[in-house]
Amino acid sequence: MTAEARERIEIALNVNGSGVRRTVPARQHLVDFLREALGLTGSHLGCEHGVCGACTVRLNGEIVRGCLVLAVQADGGEVQTIEGLAGDAHVGALQHAFHERNAAQCGYCTPGMLIAAAELVGRNPAADRAAIRAHIAGNYCRCTGYHAIVDAIAAVCRERSDARSA
Amino acid sequence: MKAPPVAYVKPASLAEVFDALDRYGEDARLLAGGQSLLAALNLRLAPPAVLIDINGLDELAGITLGGGVLRIGALTRHRTVEHSPDIARHAPLIAQAMPHIAHPAIRNRGTFGGSIAFADPAAELPACCVALDASIVVASRHAERRIPAHAFFRGLYETALEPREIVIAGEFPIAQPTLRSAFLELARRHGDYAIAGIAAHARYEDKRFHDVRLAFFGLGPAPRLATGACAALESESYSDTVVRAAQAALEHDLAPEGDLYQTAATKMHLARVLTARAIAKLAAHAESPL
Repeated sequence: MTAEARERIEIALNVNGSGVRRTVPARQHLVDFLREALGLTGSHLGCEHGVCGACTVRLNGEIVRGCLVLAVQADGGEVQTIEGLAGDAHVGALQHAFHERNAAQCGYCTPGMLIAAAELVGRNPAADRAAIRAHIAGNYCRCTGYHAIVDAIAAVCRERSDARSA
Repeated sequence: MKAPPVAYVKPASLAEVFDALDRYGEDARLLAGGQSLLAALNLRLAPPAVLIDINGLDELAGITLGGGVLRIGALTRHRTVEHSPDIARHAPLIAQAMPHIAHPAIRNRGTFGGSIAFADPAAELPACCVALDASIVVASRHAERRIPAHAFFRGLYETALEPREIVIAGEFPIAQPTLRSAFLELARRHGDYAIAGIAAHARYEDKRFHDVRLAFFGLGPAPRLATGACAALESESYSDTVVRAAQAALEHDLAPEGDLYQTAATKMHLARVLTARAIAKLAAHAESPL
C-alpha cells in the first residue's frame, strides 16, 4: 500500500552549505520556501510560471527554475542561491563584470542572470554573442536590450577561454 | 500566482505509483519534471487534489540500445538526451531538436515522458516521435503496450493514454546511415514554444528523396505527418518544382488555426517556408555526408 498523500511534509536539505529542516506545505515552490522560511530574498519571483528565470537557483549542482520545483522535491538535496555563490569563481567574476559595465538594467533579473550565465561560462567559455543570447533568453524579463549584460558575460567568457588556451 | 493547496506523495516503485493512482484516481496527477504541470498549478489552470511524484523511479530514467531500437526512458531529463552520444548517433533528429526545448534550467528538470504525456501541440518531442515513427511504451498495473506515435497524439493535450496508465518510454528505430534529418522551428524568442516547426526525415539517393517523413508542430492540435507533401517530394528527382509541389500539398495536409499573434494564413506561409528550408537541409546533408 502506498503512503498517504499529505499537504504538509517535513523536509531536510542543505542550503548554501548549511543543513535545514522544516515542515512545508506541499504546494510551496522552492523559491517561496527560500524567501519566506529562510529569509533568502536574493532569488526573485517574476512570472512564477517558468518564463522569466529570475528565480534561477542551483539544485544538486544544476540550474533550475525555483518556481517550477516544489520545496518538498528538494528534500535530501543541495540548494545554492545567489547568497551562497559569492565565492563561486564564475559567479564572482560575472558580478565584477556586471558591475564594471553597469549591466544591471532594472536589476530584478540579475541574480538569475548571474547563476544562468555562470553555467554557460563553466560549460562553454568559447560561446560567442549569439550563443550567449540563446543561453540567457530564458532569463529575459521585461526590460529590453540586455546588451551590457551580453557584454559582461562575453568578457568573462573571453577571460576563461584565454586562460584555457594560454 | 501560487499553486492551490495540494497533497503530495512520492512512491518508491512503479507498483506504488499504481497503488496511488488506484487510491486517488482522477483527482491525481503524475509529477515528472514538473516544467509544465507546476506552471499550470501556479497559474491555477490545473486543480489536482494529489500530486504523485514519480521522480524516485530511477528505473524509468536512461537511454538504452538493443534489438535495433533506441529506448528513451520516461524520466530521462531533456539535458541528458541533449548531451547523449547515443542520441546524436542513432537519432540525430532528436539531437537537433533538443536545444530548441525551452532553456537550460528547464531542460535540467523536464523529462522525455512528461513532454510526451502532456502532448503540447507546439512541443518538439512529440513531432520527433511522429517523424521517426516511434512507439510510445505505456504501462498499467498488469500490462504494457506499445502505441505508434501517430496514434498516440490524438488532439490538443489529448493522448491515447487510458486512466491509470503511465508513459514509461519511447522506442525509436535506430537511424540508418542513409537517413537524413532536419529539425527547424520559428519562435519569437529562443526557447519559446514554436509558432511553427518541422521535424523532417528522409533518405536521399541519386538526387531523389525516399521514405520522406515531414512532421509539423504548432500548426494544429497535434503533431501532423504531412502525407501529401511527403508523397510530392518522393514523386520525382529533387528540383525546385518538387519543392513547390510539396509546399502546395500542405494546403491539404495542414489546417492551422490562427492565435493571438499569427493568423492561420501566416502559419501556413511559415509552414511552406520551413518545408523549403528543411528540404534544402536534407539535400545538403546528403551531398556532404558527415
